[in-house]
Amino acid sequence: MTELLNTLYVQTPGASLHLDGDAVRIALPDGGGPRRTLPLLRLESIVLLGNISVSAPLLSRCADDGRAVVWMSRGGRFRCRLDGPTRGNVLLRHAQHLAHADPVVRLPIARACVAGKIQNCRQVVLKGARDAGDTKDALRGIAADLEDSLAAAGAAEDLDVLMGVEGAAARSYFEALAMMIRKDSGLSFPGRIKRPPTDGVNALLSFLYGLVRSSVHGACEQVGLDPYVGFLHGIRPGKPALALDLMEEFRPAIADRLALTLINRRQVSADDFEQLEGGAVQLTEDGRKTVLTAWQQHRQKERPHPVLGRRVAHGLVPFVQSRLMARTLREELPGYLPWTV
Amino acid sequence: MELLVTYDVATTTPEGAQRLRQVAKLCEGYGMRVQKSVFEVVCSDADWVRLNNAFQRIIDDEDDSIRVYRMDRGSFKSVTILGRARRLPHDDALVL
Repeated sequence: MTELLNTLYVQTPGASLHLDGDAVRIALPDGGGPRRTLPLLRLESIVLLGNISVSAPLLSRCADDGRAVVWMSRGGRFRCRLDGPTRGNVLLRHAQHLAHADPVVRLPIARACVAGKIQNCRQVVLKGARDAGDTKDALRGIAADLEDSLAAAGAAEDLDVLMGVEGAAARSYFEALAMMIRKDSGLSFPGRIKRPPTDGVNALLSFLYGLVRSSVHGACEQVGLDPYVGFLHGIRPGKPALALDLMEEFRPAIADRLALTLINRRQVSADDFEQLEGGAVQLTEDGRKTVLTAWQQHRQKERPHPVLGRRVAHGLVPFVQSRLMARTLREELPGYLPWTV
Repeated sequence: MELLVTYDVATTTPEGAQRLRQVAKLCEGYGMRVQKSVFEVVCSDADWVRLNNAFQRIIDDEDDSIRVYRMDRGSFKSVTILGRARRLPHDDALVL
C-alpha cells in the first residue's frame, strides 16, 4: 500500500505557485518573508481554494507525475481537477460500463452503497446516544429506525425504491445530527440545506463533503475506474456518479463525525463563519485553516478495516474501497462490501 | 527515512557559487530548509539513492563537504527548538 503523502492546501488570496527544480515555490501576495519552497516528492496532490494561480511549468510537471491539482471554491465546492492521462485497465472500465447497463449487477452494488451509508449513520447516532443526556432515548429511537431502513435497503427491488429508502433514512439521520450538536456550542443545525448552505453547520458539512469527494474521485482514477459511471447515482454529463456512490459510506463516518467533533469541542464556533450577500454562509479564512488542519490529522488516524483485517488510515480508505469495487466488477469478489465503522 | 542534510560549499569562485545554488536547489526538491545550509528530508530509500547520486555529481571533492545524518523516525517531531526556529510539518497539514 502506498504511503500516505501530504496534500498542500493553498487558500491565501493572491498567492501563486511556481515550479522551482523539484520543488514548488509559493509566492504570497505581500511579497516579503523568506523564500518558501516545498518538495514535490512529498506531495500527493495540491488543492487550491479560491483564486490561486499556478504556473504552467508546475501544472505540466504535476500532470507528468500523476499528481492531481484540484480547484475548489472558497466554500469548499469542488470545481475541477487536473490529472494525468487516464490510467488503469480498459477491461476494468469496460466491465464497469457493462455492470452499469445490467440491472442484475447494478442493483446489488447500489444497495451495498446505501447500506454502508445507513450503517455508518447508525453508528454515528449510537455513539451520539452514548454521550447524550436528555436526548438519549430519541437518538436510540432514530438508530432503531435506521436499522429498519437498513433492512429495507437490502430488500429494495429497484433503484427508485432504494433512493426512497435512502432519502427517508437521511431525513431521520439529520434530525439526529441536530440533537447531537451541543446547545452551548453556539451553533445549531436546521436540517440539511445546500447550494448554498445558509448556516454554519451546513457550510461546514458542505466544505467537508467537498474534501471527501475530491479524495474519493482521485481514488477512483488511481485504481482505473471511470468516476463518472455510477450504480446508485445515474449518469449525467459532468457528474462523477461513481465517486458520489463510493462517498456515501464516508459522509457520516468521516465528514459528519469530524464536523460534530469540531463543533462540540468548540474548535469551530460561530465566529468562524461569514455570511455572503444573498444569504450563503461560508467558513472564514481562519475557520478553513482550523478545519483543514483537523482534516489532515483525521486522515492520518488508523482504524481497523473489516474486510482487510488490518488497520488502515482514514485517508487511504477511499483507495481500499475503490480497489474492492474494481475487484467486484472484475468478478473477483462476490459483491461490493462497504466500509463500515 | 528521516535525513538531516548539512552542507558546506566553498563559494570563493563563481563555480563554487554555482555549486552552492545547485546543492540548495537539489535539497529543496527533497526536503525543507531549517537553517541556511541545513535541510530536513523525509524520503524513501530509493529517493535517498537518487539524492546521494545527485550530490556526488555536483560537488567538488576537494573543496566542498556534505554530511547526511540518518535520524530515527520521529526525530524531526521531537527536536528541541530555540529562538526563531519552528517545527516543520513534514507529515501534517500544509495549509497556506
